[in-house]
Formats: sequence, structure tokens, C-alpha cells
Amino acid sequence: MCGIAGIIYRNGGGQEQVGRDMTRMLQAMKHRGPDSTGFALYRGAGDTYVMHVKLSESTEHDPDLERRMQRQRGEVETRMRAAGARIEEIKEAPRTMTVIFDFDGDLRTLADAVERVRRTEVLSLGRSLEIVKDLGDANTVAGEYGLGAFTGTHAIGHARMATESDVDIANAHPYWAYPFPDVAVVHNGQLTNFHDWRRRLTRAGHRFHSDCDSEIIAVYLAEQMSRGRSLEEAMHQSLQDLDGVFTYICVTEDSLGVAKDELGAKPLVLYEDDEIVALASEEIAIRQVLDREIETHDPYEGEVRVWSR
Amino acid sequence: MSEQPRMDERGLVELDDSIPKQAKIDGSSAVIEARDMTTRKINAELRWLIYEEGVTDVTVRDPSARHSLGVAILARCRIRFEGSLGYFGCGLIDGPEVEITGRVGWSVAENMMSGVVVVESNAGSLAGAALRGGDLVVKGDVGARTGIDQKGGTIIVLGNAASMTGFMMQRGRQIILGDVGHGLGDSMYDGTIYVGGEVASLGIDCVDAEWTDADTELVERKFSIYGLGKPPELRKLVSGKKLYNYDNLEPSERRLVL
Repeated sequence: MCGIAGIIYRNGGGQEQVGRDMTRMLQAMKHRGPDSTGFALYRGAGDTYVMHVKLSESTEHDPDLERRMQRQRGEVETRMRAAGARIEEIKEAPRTMTVIFDFDGDLRTLADAVERVRRTEVLSLGRSLEIVKDLGDANTVAGEYGLGAFTGTHAIGHARMATESDVDIANAHPYWAYPFPDVAVVHNGQLTNFHDWRRRLTRAGHRFHSDCDSEIIAVYLAEQMSRGRSLEEAMHQSLQDLDGVFTYICVTEDSLGVAKDELGAKPLVLYEDDEIVALASEEIAIRQVLDREIETHDPYEGEVRVWSR
Repeated sequence: MSEQPRMDERGLVELDDSIPKQAKIDGSSAVIEARDMTTRKINAELRWLIYEEGVTDVTVRDPSARHSLGVAILARCRIRFEGSLGYFGCGLIDGPEVEITGRVGWSVAENMMSGVVVVESNAGSLAGAALRGGDLVVKGDVGARTGIDQKGGTIIVLGNAASMTGFMMQRGRQIILGDVGHGLGDSMYDGTIYVGGEVASLGIDCVDAEWTDADTELVERKFSIYGLGKPPELRKLVSGKKLYNYDNLEPSERRLVL
């Protein structure tokens, strides 16, 4: 089933409480997916890059896990420095690390270098995108990773009920559109031509870290945008190319878009005014941030909408 | 925001169906302040008022878009929701006259047997799914598959409707004043759909039909009941009945019988 949510403060200067708001929205939709919860939060444009790196799965039972992760942290740092990154800060979280750095080179090369460290996956990379995902409901994940105080401009989130792949961090949403900075996707639905697209995109040189059908949406959109298409054009094209039932939300550094399949089989409720756009699988999630009677509507099938800050 | 349900050790919600009995009762009418109550408590309160206290006029304030409110009420009464409902609102009802001042999510008035549901704003997809009787009036837009599998009753929509409206409809009527999406009346068996706006495309076996005095009478009567003024010019669509193959025999069977 899955619950998806998005919120964008249209005039926000990066000081909005997006971490708190997204946690509330996703917690209200816990019944749609209690397996894992994921956040893609935008901290507002910075001069530096921020990279979230997964070091271990939440399901691993390695007695030597702590020491191994410490080793991974060291190796990631070494490889990043060797690739030319000027590291400013490294933060540790339970199963991940966050690196804030400055870099002039090719981001794909850098991400590849980091992922050559065994059992390591780049969850997100960009000037403002930060992806956090783990098992448990929104309050659990937000508490573990300290998201309550996160301020930024916009965010999307996902409460997952696994249908076609494992319950672990690799298969949790949101997905970063490797190797494109600041692009992330959450998806509610099932894609039926997932294997076709995965083969096509793999041949085109893209990497996949999970068996989840939703990962191809992120990579597909990134591929389209790399050919010079705008986010909106890429999303319109995706309605032709992707088969199945889906409602997905895609975010970039300064915009947030939503697309609904031709059958309109997956729900979405939308609220928009001059200040804020909030959308979610259920209106109760929107009510967590707009606690009053609001005028909302459901986008129609085949509809694509994009909002910018 | 609202009262959080109690969880057991496994993190599952514990059943608490005690009745709050906090509603302000004034003769035959009562007011429920729903904001801080759980869904289960609101429904328990509603049933207590209608079935045990003999209240016939209930106002539910601030339902906060919660799901499954006002379901399976099997008595003549009036219920007014001051706010919006989530999914599956007022499903399986038989008798009530319901007014919702906000919007509703998916599957409002699903399988209603009789009664009236009036929604002042928009409705999600599957409004009036499997409707058996009564009237569902939506003053805003509705989503996809409105009145799917409808078996009776009337659905009136003042705004637009999305795709597959009246899909597999078997009986009853739909009056849609706005535009309608693709696949209108796809595979409908019977029943009538009236459309005021543009139709993006007709579904399989949905065809135009001749307007009769009975149609005028029906539309005018429904419009006057709900104070909707003079009805606009409408297009009438019915089943072409080309998909009726129930009595057709397989070639092997035909040899045996004939």
C-alpha cells in the first residue's frame, strides 16, 4: 500500500521545520506502511556538498559490526580525500555516516569511489538533499537520526509496506537518482515493466542497489534529465514509458513534482496555496501540518504537476 | 492532535470500544466534539446516540479527515459532519440523511442501501461504489471510477468526474454536470448516465440514447429536491447491450441442445 508525502514551502528561506513536519505526516500514515520509513529532506542551498552513506543493513547480525563500520568510515574518508574532496565535517549515525565537503570534480566518480568500499552505499548526494531511511515508523527513524530539528525548504517521505522486495534499508524509499545531485523519488504502487527498464538502464551504465521497482523511477528521471529534459518533461514522458500503477513524487533542489498513472489507481490528496504545497496519500497526513479545515482535491489520472520554490 | 490509541506489547492497537458518552444531548439532537476522539470512539458515540438515546439529529464537529466515520448506520436520522472525512466515509448505511460540509476521500457512501449523502466540496475516487439505493450528491469534483458497480440509487456531481466513471454499472442513475474523463460507462450493463459537460471518451458498449419525458421528470425532480435550480442540457448515455452474452452457448453445447 505505502504512504507518500511531500511538502514545499514556496517562499521559505530554508528555515522551515521540514524534519518535524514530515515526521508528523508520515507518522499519521503509519497504517499504510509500517515496515520502513524514509525521508528526503532539503536543507536549503549550501556552498558545500552533503553525502549520506549507508555502512550496514539494519538486518545484519555481525558480531564485529561496530569495528567494521569504523573501518568503513575510515576508508570512505580516505577515498574521498584521494578523489579530491575537501572534507569539512563527518557526522555519525547508527548505520550511516554523513559527510559535508567541498568538491570540484565529477560527482559520479566520487560516488563510485565511495561505493567501492565493501557494503557501502551512497544514499544521497547533493548540495541540499539529505536522505535518511531505516526500519520502523516515522517517530522511530526521526528519533534515531535526530530529524526533529532539521530545518530546510522542502521534503518528501515514504512509509513503506513492502510488496515485491525485502524489508531493509536498501529497498526503502526515497531513492536518490544516482549520479544526479539533489534528485530523489518516493513511489506508491507497482511497476510491471520494471525488469525491462532495469535492463535498459543498466546497459546505459546506471547502477542499482536494490530489487525495488521504485528505484528505476529515480534513475529513469535522472537519465531523461541528463538528456536535457526538464523535470516536468521527464515526468510526462514517464507516463508513457512506465507501466503499472503508480503515484510518485520527485524532488530536485528547487522543485517538487507529482505524477499519477493513467488508471488513477493510487490515491493522492493535494493542498496548495501561495505559501505551502502539501500532498499525501491521505488527507489526515496533511492535517498534521495544516491543522484546520482546508480545501483539498485529488489530482486526476495522467496528471503531472510541478511546483518550484 | 487527537487521542492516540493504546498499543499492546507488539505495537498493535488495543481494542477499546468503550463509549465516551460525552456528547451534548438536547432533546432529539446532539453534538459530538470529535477532534480529540479516536475513530472508533466517534463511531461508538454516534451509534450510542442513534440506537440507544433515540437522538435523530447528530452534529459531528471537526472530524479532521479521519477514515471510516459514520459507517453502517441502519436507522433514519440526520448526521451533519462539520469538516472533511477521509476514506470510506458513510459506507454501508441504510436510512440516514448525511451532510458533509468539507470534502471526502475515496469510497464515500460505498454500498449505501438508502438515505442521502450530500458533500459540499470534492470527493475522491470510487464515490458511490456499489451504491444500492439513495442519493449521493457531490457539489465539487469527483475522482475516477465514480459509481463503479452501481446497482441502484442516484449519484449527482456538480463538478467534473475523472476516468472510468460508471464502470460496470448495473442499475441506477448518474447526473454529472461537468466534464468526464476517458472510458465513461465502460462495460455498463444497465442504468443511465447524464452528462452536462465534455466527455473525453466513451467506454466500451456505452452509447447515446434518446431523451424522453421520464428523463426530464427525473432530472427536474432531483434538482428541485437539492435546490440546484434549473437543470442544464444533458446528454443521455446507456448500455448498448452488445456485451450481453450470458445466454450464448459454446459451439459444443449448441450441438447438444439444438
